[in-house]
Amino acid sequence: MSNVSTATPDSAGAIVSDPVKSQGYWRGVGKRVMRDKVTLVCGAILLVMLFLILFAPWIAPYDPLQGSMARRLKPVGWQGYLLGTDELGRDMLTRLMYGGRFSWFVGITPVVCAFTIGGTLGVLAGFVGGKINMLIMRATDVFYAFPSVLLAVAISGALGPGIFNAILSMTLVFIPPLIRVSESVTTSVRNLDYVESARATGANSFTIVRVHVLPNVLGPIFVYATTLVGVSMILASGLSFLGLGVKPPTPEWGMMLNTLRTAIYSQPLLATLPGICIFVTSLCFNLLSDGLRNAMDVRN
Amino acid sequence: MLQLPTMPDRGGPAQPLLIVQNLVKHFPLKGGLFGQGGKVQAVDGIDFEIRKGETLGIVGESGCGKSTASRLIMSLIEPTDGEIIFDGEKVGTAALPLKEYRRQVQMVFQDSYASLNPRLSIEESIAFGPMVHGLGRSRAIPRAHDLLTAVGLAPAQFAHRYPHELSGGQRQRVNIARALALRPRMLILDEPVSALDKSVEAQVLNMLLDLKAQFELTYLFISHDLNVVQHVADRVLVMYLGRVAEIGPVDSIFAAPQHPYTQALLASRPSMDPDRRRTEPPITGDPPNPVNPPSGCRFRTRCSLAEDICASATPPLGTTGPMHQAACHIVAPGSGHSMASREAA
Ligand SMILES: Nc1ncnc2c1ncn2[C@@H]1O[C@H](COP(=O)(O)OP(=O)(O)OP(=O)(O)O)[C@@H](O)[C@H]1O
Ligand code: SF4
Ligand SMILES: [Mg+2]
Repeated sequence: MSNVSTATPDSAGAIVSDPVKSQGYWRGVGKRVMRDKVTLVCGAILLVMLFLILFAPWIAPYDPLQGSMARRLKPVGWQGYLLGTDELGRDMLTRLMYGGRFSWFVGITPVVCAFTIGGTLGVLAGFVGGKINMLIMRATDVFYAFPSVLLAVAISGALGPGIFNAILSMTLVFIPPLIRVSESVTTSVRNLDYVESARATGANSFTIVRVHVLPNVLGPIFVYATTLVGVSMILASGLSFLGLGVKPPTPEWGMMLNTLRTAIYSQPLLATLPGICIFVTSLCFNLLSDGLRNAMDVRN
Repeated sequence: MLQLPTMPDRGGPAQPLLIVQNLVKHFPLKGGLFGQGGKVQAVDGIDFEIRKGETLGIVGESGCGKSTASRLIMSLIEPTDGEIIFDGEKVGTAALPLKEYRRQVQMVFQDSYASLNPRLSIEESIAFGPMVHGLGRSRAIPRAHDLLTAVGLAPAQFAHRYPHELSGGQRQRVNIARALALRPRMLILDEPVSALDKSVEAQVLNMLLDLKAQFELTYLFISHDLNVVQHVADRVLVMYLGRVAEIGPVDSIFAAPQHPYTQALLASRPSMDPDRRRTEPPITGDPPNPVNPPSGCRFRTRCSLAEDICASATPPLGTTGPMHQAACHIVAPGSGHSMASREAA
């Protein structure tokens, strides 16, 4: 292999010092991510955002709920209001920072829940196969009959508005695609020779799943889940926009987009700021997951 | 190696190590809504024995059921019918539970890359089996290092590497070490060298022969390469479309093949000797579909000697010489084939 040529001067003590540097799988992945500029930039943007929204109570310049009729809809950069003010005279920067907390929370929580539930069911279906696979996959197909936005709106509408119900409905929407992806990844791994040879040693199913299946399927499933974070944020904003998510005056990006829409002609930049936040976040999540997918491919 | 010793010989030297009786595997075809889709007759009633310490080679074209047979013997798939008897005990009974059987028979797969978990280092892959059987990690890892040495890979250099950091030949050595880790009595080698370069192939084959002597193993060696089989096997089983065509000692199979399929296989082999270049035409056409195999003798669609009797009756596996059997009407006296001797046996 390529490394063999790197002869070490201390080859006399080769018993202790490994002359051929071997790298673990995840170290290789880390190295490839470090070489990928786009992924690094996206990761950095997301980290900065995370910092801003996490520490909003300490670093935000104003109170997110305190408005003033005297300074409604002021443009970006107006007198100490870096991003202007909204239709009730509240500081936009502050509200975007606070709003991000809800948007991120409502965007990520359903994906994490669906990853856990859908991933478990999918790996189970893929590994066990047979009747259990049939049962889980046919049930999944039923959910596929409806478009995801419609399904989320319908479930949310039936449960009533509120942040918990929004998370619940979106979790339900994301479970079927996660089952599908985990099932297909697991099925392909299950039929590989190394799983067969592990069975040939007499290992039980639990050990085989833990040692041979999970380490090889979790990565791809996780990457797929990150692509859903972007979708989830947009969906969460959509629910808020329709009045099915958080209630005013709580700031949330989708909600802010809704309340600012009347200002789209007078202050177009201001009115699109929450939309830009949603767009940038979901784009970064998608590019990040693309980068991870590439980095996790051993053939690169 | 005090822990996990080799299992004792139970039946004595006369008892065949493995007896396969009427092994059948039909895969149902997917697609039919009501399950009327037919079935792939991958293995359709094979019988044979493997004696202690010998190497039985299995040859046959791609798709004739060699891998299916080895997976059946390894109990990785459920047989449709048939029995496997190991050292006198039926596999899966109280006398020989599956887990104990699996310690005694191990397998090396054709694809050296797909048969190693990419997330485990070489030493972890080899130590996995012994750890499953209760050996602690502190004992299993040194044992993995011993086995690496036995297959010619320096532990200091290879133990911590990952499969994608090895060459094909090195990976196959690791697979062999992994198969040996449970101290089995028998190895099933499913085309272990067919993905390797010729020079590496020879090295690995010779190493397999050394290991066989060192660990007192019995081999079931699957290959489609007649030269390889001639080099390693004591006896040869020729498979055609899920059935046994011919079985016998390697010398008599290669010197005096009885079944027209074996004759054609040997004739189609490129000869080193220009005087012995083939005169008979090699086998032509593709093998028939195992979903819908020909009636009677399965080889009849490609056999230049086929007659009516070949379509109407399945030729039994009949004795043609010392330890040599073939399934063809020509060698069955009184079968009705014009080339068969008249009187019934
Ligand atoms: N899981 C399966 N489901 C359905 N059909 C199968 C399955 N496994 C094998 N078969 C079919 O059974 C037949 C025998 O396959 P098998 O892999 O045993 O052949 P082989 O002799 O090992 O061939 P090769 O030399 O190419 O490895 C083939 O027709 C194959 O398509
Ligand atoms: S039984 Fe008939 S078809 Fe089959 S090999 Fe013999 S001669 Fe050929
Ligand atoms: Mg095969």
